[in-house]
Amino acid sequence: MSADAKKSKDSEVPDVAASMREFAKSDINKTLTPEDRLQFYRDMLRIRRFEERSIRAYQQGHIGGFLHLYIGQEAVAVGCVSLMAEDDHIITAYRDHGHALAVGMTMNECMAELFGKHTGCSKGKGGSMHFFAPDKNYWGGHGIVAGQTPLGAGIAFALKYKKIKGCCLCFLGDGATNQGPWYESLNLASLWNLPVVFIIENNGFSMGTAMHRHSTGTPLARRAEGYDIDWGTCYGHDVYEVRHNVGQAMERAREKSRPTVLEIITYRYRGHSVADADDTYRTKQDIQDYKDEKDPLNLFKCHLVEEGVADEDALKQINNEAKEEAETSAQFAEQSPFPPVSDIQADVYWETDNPDEKASKGTLFFN
Amino acid sequence: MAIITYRDAINQAMAEEIARDSDVFIMGEEVAQYKGAYKVTRGLLEKFGPERIIDAPISEAGFCGLGVGAAMMGLRPVVEFMFWSFCYVAFDQVINNAANIRYMSGGLINIPIVFRGPGNGGTNVGATHSHTPENFVANTPGLKVVCPSTPYDAKGLLKSAIRDNDPVFVMENTLLYGNQGEVPEDDYVIPLGVAEVKKEGSDISLVAHGRCAILCLEAAEVLATEHGINAEVVDLRSIRPLDEETILQSVKKTNRAVLVEENKPFCGVGSQICSIIQEKAFDYLDAPIKRVSSIDAPQIYSMPLEQEQIPNIERIIDTVLEIA
Ligand SMILES: Cc1ncc(C[n+]2csc(CCOP(=O)(O)OP(=O)(O)O)c2C)c(N)n1
Repeated sequence: MSADAKKSKDSEVPDVAASMREFAKSDINKTLTPEDRLQFYRDMLRIRRFEERSIRAYQQGHIGGFLHLYIGQEAVAVGCVSLMAEDDHIITAYRDHGHALAVGMTMNECMAELFGKHTGCSKGKGGSMHFFAPDKNYWGGHGIVAGQTPLGAGIAFALKYKKIKGCCLCFLGDGATNQGPWYESLNLASLWNLPVVFIIENNGFSMGTAMHRHSTGTPLARRAEGYDIDWGTCYGHDVYEVRHNVGQAMERAREKSRPTVLEIITYRYRGHSVADADDTYRTKQDIQDYKDEKDPLNLFKCHLVEEGVADEDALKQINNEAKEEAETSAQFAEQSPFPPVSDIQADVYWETDNPDEKASKGTLFFN
Repeated sequence: MAIITYRDAINQAMAEEIARDSDVFIMGEEVAQYKGAYKVTRGLLEKFGPERIIDAPISEAGFCGLGVGAAMMGLRPVVEFMFWSFCYVAFDQVINNAANIRYMSGGLINIPIVFRGPGNGGTNVGATHSHTPENFVANTPGLKVVCPSTPYDAKGLLKSAIRDNDPVFVMENTLLYGNQGEVPEDDYVIPLGVAEVKKEGSDISLVAHGRCAILCLEAAEVLATEHGINAEVVDLRSIRPLDEETILQSVKKTNRAVLVEENKPFCGVGSQICSIIQEKAFDYLDAPIKRVSSIDAPQIYSMPLEQEQIPNIERIIDTVLEIA
């Protein structure tokens, strides 16, 4: 283990399981039914099995380009999304499969999108980094680092404008906190009292750059202070802890129409994208250490068994179902057709897709 | 001559210029410890140390603008964009500041900076990561832009770019990084603004830049063997400055032209060339000038579809057959 990782480790709560038991008792978690808890486990497992199946598909040549996996970070998306009510919205960056499955997008449509198939959530047009499901209040899936942060503020602005009592969860990475647009968004969000929660998923690395090599001034969330925005940090291996902290921020957004910046400490097990050899910025042991101590799925599984919510067999069953669902989605994707070539120029302009209501004149396409 | 990859040719150009001139340094995301997102800067950190090979956070507007400021002071930054697609978050710095400061200062200040990186589609990375902004850049007076297609050109043009006293944008292509070619061991440069006839021919001129020049060479072979058409391939290499003379000479010889580029058609590089040809060689044309560019839509993700969207050999051949 590197010296840095060790340093942060020593200062942490030693007993993660005990901490989990504590957060299970917090107001937002204590009313959860056994079925709710099992559902969190199921949702986290589904993300992991989906991601693992997608790696295989990538290796088999069905998926190309980038594939940024969410493995290790599952409790963050699942914890956050579990708090969303009808009028809450969500937007994230390119590491977007976990959030997509958490909001209820199907494995089939997600896997088919990765395969570039017509049956994908964006008809094969967006790809891994660009998933969308507006019907589930999921606004993407954005490839340009921090490009989604002003959009998150904009979604919150629209809610406020329409006098809807909801909020927007806007995710960004630790590396993304160094992009200018995020700071402009923070100022706007505070200045105009927007109901947005910026969630920094701090997995320790901006691609191949460890946090201490890309950022000064930690915690990163403290940067919000200059904008009079409430901020906090918490751990992302415990779905209860995530819910406890994000719940308060969402409450602040909905009730007081004030933004929050919340930094959630988590870890990514795989390379930045599947093509990342992952051999310049951390050791295999670093990854193993995190898995051993803080794997969000494993921790939660032990907790469920300990609490008597479910026994090993029932949990194994959930695991098998998730695996099977992922396998089926890969078959579905493989058997689905590619979009027709004529589709390349569809979905560019509203007008050309709705010719009956076309109001403008002149040429729109030049070949 | 040694046979090396396009990637290594760029690496050598930078290494040689850093060694030659103490004002030259490299700055960008993942360029040092990670050895470059596409390993183009591999080995440079070890050779030149962290003062000359600098890892930057994801702050393109910040470090590009910082580069322009450093260039105002006489340094010669070589700034890497992981992809040219990320230049848009820094567009104010690279377009407004880099291009205009010399002019607005009445020529008092020079901006000897290079922005380089890959700008291409065809790799299945979707709409936000597949931009080819050479036409945007060439549209901006004050900026220069080159798009090398071979290892030899990549090294020679990049060295010229680094020695140039104006901002030069070097647009590479991830699909070319592994291509091999002959590159001299001795120091050489290719002046900006000199096109190369990569294949002589008599029946039609294929004018292209970057990877499209390579596609044109392949298409020319098929045209010769299967259709008896002897195509000439003009590789622009440099978009601005543009070698009008070589383009016009070729068209005056062949009397026909197909302009090939990966840009979207509207105001692509081909539009400007088209205008030059019709203005200066109108009487030599035996057929309308044709263009092959990417199908006019944001970049589609789906792998087989993207191959249809960007120019391919079949489309080049079909277009040639329409007029030859
Ligand atoms: C403007 C811009 N610059 C660079 C990139 C390339 N890039 C994609 S992800 C990434 C690292 C981002 O790290 P972080 O924000 O911590 O998120 P994580 O990948 O860890 O989820 C980089 C450099 C990009 N997509 N957009």
